[in-house]
Amino acid sequence: MEWDWVRGLLGGLMIGGAAALYLLVNGRIMGASGIFGGALDGSAQGAERRERLVFLAGLILFPAIIVWLGVAEASKPVTTTAGLIAAGLLVGLGTRMANGCTSGHGVCGISRLALRGLVATAVYLVFGVLGVLIARALEWSL
Amino acid sequence: MRLLIALLSGALFGAGLLVSGMTNPAKVQGWLDIFGNWDPTLAFVLGGAIIPMAIAWRVARRMPCSVSGAALPGPAPRHIDRPLVIGSALFGLGWGIAGLCPGPALASLGFGGASIWIFGASMLAGVFLNAALKGKS
Repeated sequence: MEWDWVRGLLGGLMIGGAAALYLLVNGRIMGASGIFGGALDGSAQGAERRERLVFLAGLILFPAIIVWLGVAEASKPVTTTAGLIAAGLLVGLGTRMANGCTSGHGVCGISRLALRGLVATAVYLVFGVLGVLIARALEWSL
Repeated sequence: MRLLIALLSGALFGAGLLVSGMTNPAKVQGWLDIFGNWDPTLAFVLGGAIIPMAIAWRVARRMPCSVSGAALPGPAPRHIDRPLVIGSALFGLGWGIAGLCPGPALASLGFGGASIWIFGASMLAGVFLNAALKGKS
């Protein structure tokens, strides 16, 4: 358990470091939902789209290499196929509607005390707690 | 330079998500399960991530533009509207059900197996659903 805290803190510093790099060098806010959605739904074009696609390539390939090398373990799903489909739709629709997720509103927003980031984070945390209870009530939990 | 930095920050972000435990849905659900067996360690992830980013925002305020010459983001918008609140509520529900948010889901695509691809394809459908709804209004 104590080791988990150290890993959490270290991983957090890496996440924040990545966001700092993206902001200070590229002038961009590192939000996973915006980068993913913008690259694929046509709202970003040309150089902006290429920048997003390259970011996604790093985000997808590097963790895969780490797991492949055996440094970290892959983890198991916690919900049924129905749960995965419902959750995926909710996450895709919700983050694009709110224009941000845990990285954009959470990390990048809270770190500059952005009102929208603080409100979004408070709301998704409360509804996240509710989501766990709903998955259990619907017997979607594995 | 911008593409190289995009690749590097994507890779560092992904590694951080993996190290921190954010790519483990059981751990994320444990963090949200405040009425059950609550696991508070993910608070350290957000805390750890905010430290370098808070410094970066302070540094950015003194810079005329980013290192690459691209404009820095303007001041944060302050309006709280319905899409922000409703969207965050929908996102939270999905996050709680599957224990996955967009960054960790993408970071797991290469090793997470079929469940992550089912989640990812549904997430993409959600993105297009939002674009379609926006197009109508």
